[in-house]
Amino acid sequence: MVAVLNRWVRHVPPWTLYLAGLAHIVWLFWLGETGGLGPEPINALERALGETGLKLIIVGLAITPVMKVARINLIRFRRAIGLTAFLYISVHLLVWLLLDVFLLSEIWADIVKRPYITVGMAGFALLVPLAVTSNDWSVRRMGAAAWKRLHRLTYAAAVLGAVHNVMLAKTWAAEPLTYLAVMIALLVLRLRWRTKPRSGNAGGMGRARQGPEPVGKGMSA
Amino acid sequence: VGGLGLIGAGRARAETLEPNSFEDITSYNNFYEFGFDKGDPVKYAGALTTEPWRIEIDGLVERPGSYALDEIVSAMTIEERIYRFRCVEAWSMVVPWNGFELADLLTWAGVKPGAKYVAFETLYRPKEMPAQRGGSIDWPYREGLRLDEAMHPLTLMATGLYGKPMPKQNGAPIRLVVPWKYGFKSIKSIVKITLTDKQPETTWNMLQPQEYGFYANVNPQVDHPRWSQARERVIGGGLFSAKKPTLMFNGYEDEVAGLYDGMDLETFY
Repeated sequence: MVAVLNRWVRHVPPWTLYLAGLAHIVWLFWLGETGGLGPEPINALERALGETGLKLIIVGLAITPVMKVARINLIRFRRAIGLTAFLYISVHLLVWLLLDVFLLSEIWADIVKRPYITVGMAGFALLVPLAVTSNDWSVRRMGAAAWKRLHRLTYAAAVLGAVHNVMLAKTWAAEPLTYLAVMIALLVLRLRWRTKPRSGNAGGMGRARQGPEPVGKGMSA
Repeated sequence: VGGLGLIGAGRARAETLEPNSFEDITSYNNFYEFGFDKGDPVKYAGALTTEPWRIEIDGLVERPGSYALDEIVSAMTIEERIYRFRCVEAWSMVVPWNGFELADLLTWAGVKPGAKYVAFETLYRPKEMPAQRGGSIDWPYREGLRLDEAMHPLTLMATGLYGKPMPKQNGAPIRLVVPWKYGFKSIKSIVKITLTDKQPETTWNMLQPQEYGFYANVNPQVDHPRWSQARERVIGGGLFSAKKPTLMFNGYEDEVAGLYDGMDLETFY
């Protein structure tokens, strides 16, 4: 079953994710313009974009655990998932800047005065170097170890994004808290795996480990 | 009556107000008893039974008791009031309410000397209000006004909108409307009214006292700790509508500012 899934997944080119993301974003704008997002489409659009971005970050961070636990190998989609998440969050930010707040004075005031905006902007700022270096050339140039170290920032950005989402609700709502709990669980999982005795490998869960491991412990087909 | 000129001013203003569509008003609601999303009330409020409906009036009144809604309404004069509605979340609508002045109801019940505040409670019926089965808010929803605010001629007990009976998601069968205060003061689906000499506990103030005050007057100069109140998003404007400036007391400054003479509105937010 897992083997079949892994084989099937190999036939899906990662670029389809970019296309799907773009199409979904265009679809959301179209919905907003035609009443499909309700009477207040700007906030609805911001939410839909931000939440999809968060979900994609969760999916991206879950790829390694899923491979370790369920032996499903989706590693070839990770870059596309990460970059698509970045696309959603960038458009989320643009909608906030251009359609929601718009006034330059108020944008700056919000960033420095409103903790949830500050936290969200910090999360976005952390994502920028990750997006910029999400290409083969950057991996080669930086070296795998340094590149992986940099990309651990994803966890910080993810937690900031989830906290941003919790903070903007009027009260403690279940859904944003669930996102935050999942982010923290993924982070804890990552830290626990790291502290297992595996010294000498600065790269953390490097590509080298990911290859042989699923095979080593046998398939749960 | 001194109120006449005042209502006249309100009416002159009302002409410039363009009400939101019935669709907007009934599909974009905060009614946390039915869920925390704006779309939840229209989805889930259908389960609410509003007949029979009684309102208990107690505390410092001459005629305490549990009254059938019909008995109350038949003693009142229903009129239309087109009011701005400004949510604390920085969005706004214009709603053509139908209802009667709370002052008339309080006079009908007979306010005893010594009463200083009016406390309100929403229905508590977890079987029909799914979010009441969760624990994040201390149900039932409670609100309150100072007696002079409650007696103000702008303060309305609304039984309908657009000439129709109050839709369930908007607080059927009867709700409060205090147009110069943030929307959460305008408590929905009221079952209890208590005249008291102490400032009553109010739900949002109990939840987050540093964010939601007892007064909750619309005030563009006093920001919510997490967002600006200087401007508001007018519902129904579509994707490319700009926010508009929020008016002091939501545009009812001439009528109500006198209630707060000498009060620091930053302290009593």
